[in-house]
Amino acid sequence: MSHIETALLDIRGLDALSVRDSPLRRIDPRAKTLTALAFIVAVVSFGKYEIAGLIPLVVYPIALMAVDGLPPRIVLSKVLLALPFVALIGAFNPVFDRAAMVRIGPLDISGGWISFASILLKSLLTLSAAVILIATTGFSAVCVALDRLRVPRVFVVQLLLLYRYLFVLAEEAARMLRAWSLRSAGRRRLPLGAFGPFAGQLLLRSMDRADRIHAAMLSRGFDGRMRTDRVLRFRAVDAVFVLAWVALFVAARLYNAPRALGEAVMRSLP
Amino acid sequence: MHMADALISPAVGATMWAASGAVTAYSARRINRQMDDRKIPLMGILGAFVFSAQMINFAIPLTGSSGHLGGGMLLAILLGPHAAFLTIASVLTIQALFFADGGLLALGCNVFNLGFFPCFVAYPLIYRPLAGRRPTPGRLLLGATVASVAGLQLGALAVVIETVSSGISELPFKTFALLMLPIHLAIGIVEGIVTAAVVGYVWKIRPEIVEAAGASRRVGPLPMARLLASLAVAAALTAGVLSWFASSSPDGLEWAMIRASGREELSGPGQGIHARLERLQQRTAFLPDYDFPKPAAEEFAADSEGAAPVVQVGTSVAGLVGAALTLALALAIGLALRAMRPRALAG
Repeated sequence: MSHIETALLDIRGLDALSVRDSPLRRIDPRAKTLTALAFIVAVVSFGKYEIAGLIPLVVYPIALMAVDGLPPRIVLSKVLLALPFVALIGAFNPVFDRAAMVRIGPLDISGGWISFASILLKSLLTLSAAVILIATTGFSAVCVALDRLRVPRVFVVQLLLLYRYLFVLAEEAARMLRAWSLRSAGRRRLPLGAFGPFAGQLLLRSMDRADRIHAAMLSRGFDGRMRTDRVLRFRAVDAVFVLAWVALFVAARLYNAPRALGEAVMRSLP
Repeated sequence: MHMADALISPAVGATMWAASGAVTAYSARRINRQMDDRKIPLMGILGAFVFSAQMINFAIPLTGSSGHLGGGMLLAILLGPHAAFLTIASVLTIQALFFADGGLLALGCNVFNLGFFPCFVAYPLIYRPLAGRRPTPGRLLLGATVASVAGLQLGALAVVIETVSSGISELPFKTFALLMLPIHLAIGIVEGIVTAAVVGYVWKIRPEIVEAAGASRRVGPLPMARLLASLAVAAALTAGVLSWFASSSPDGLEWAMIRASGREELSGPGQGIHARLERLQQRTAFLPDYDFPKPAAEEFAADSEGAAPVVQVGTSVAGLVGAALTLALALAIGLALRAMRPRALAG
């Protein structure tokens, strides 16, 4: 299976997860979107050397995945694929920040390693929040939420259309690539010179398709809005969802519970 | 090139969200005013096209490596700056949501770096004058290449500035810039050649498409005052929130202001940018010495000069123990919640 087909399966799989029913899926998409943003801001607002203080926030992705029955494996596989770039930039921290900061037994750990670990932990948390949002809400529901949250309508329509035609065009590209590779005697990549006609052909087909789609949309009364049958009601439970999580994030940010817990445990030891 | 949440500070993230949000709102209004609703499905389709084309790898001659289309300049040429900006923003949003590419807080940075510079700087100021209305293949190649290079250099520079002023990565400005800019020079040249190849092909087969795209498309003046105002408000707001959050760190506000204003200076391009950058660099130069202790790091009390650290072994072990216990507790909560799920809903 080609790279493109794998990527499409990936997207479909993630979005398809959101069709199932669970208590979490009945929460208003606006509430889930806002909570995810608050979570990300809370994570990122921690100091660069913070590790222990971040741990209580782990409960957010874990609780969401648990309540929803979302397999952690799916979320982790996405996040781990996206991690190398962050790791690449973060890996410079141990190089530039060599002053020892923590000593555990005979081991001196420099500030750079601590901030590197903190960056990795923050990435795990923020990236999984985005993936969990889509997997538990679904893309079109997130778009409806964005529309209600006053994101410009043209942009929301653009997101929905892009998402809808993504599959059509990517499948077309995959078919073209397969046709090329069957005739190319085992070469793995398009030569640069062939890319112009290749992508140009795909582009022309896409634009013709856009014309036909436009005609079809007009004949069905398109007036610049995408209509969904989803009725959004922001209920009390949605407000509680947002407020409770935000309260937890603020508490975790202000009070370092793991440190206090660790100190209490150390004191109680003989 | 995609920036990630974990590498930016909330102040930088929020400021860039405000900037990208302002440009999005402005572009959306311009498109609404054009009343050309043919453009709406075209934008959707071309966004999907760029998304697909990004996944087609081609061999780069003489290097043995492969590359792919970025698509920013291509969209600007085919759609004009406003629609192209929205299309790029939508592609990046979907990538952030489905592939965890970058992340949601960094989305503002990514949209600005990869959308604003090609659409509103490189396209009107470089591509249009160089290529002209009815470009010859040579002028098309020249315009697309120079504009792609310029757009990507500005974007890469913005990545460096956003990262350095966030203060999470220890990479010094100079080192990071020396890493990023040459890489993106090469990427920009390839991007320009590929863009010219695609546009050239379309132009040969269906010249009316490229001509229609090039004709009568003026870039209106950007609402700079508005943009700067929203930047300032965002910076002030986040600085306020930050100082409240980091109340035990004495000058969180000052820091947020410096970071935010460092960002703000860049978005007025072309105004003695080098002098400003130098000042920014001087400011950030003392960043490594500045150890801003957040509540927990405080007790580590590491000597920021790096000599003979004062380490309290007790507290660092306590931190580890506490973190492990909390993590175990979180996992236990997760398992309990999972066990409580009604069977009918499971699986």
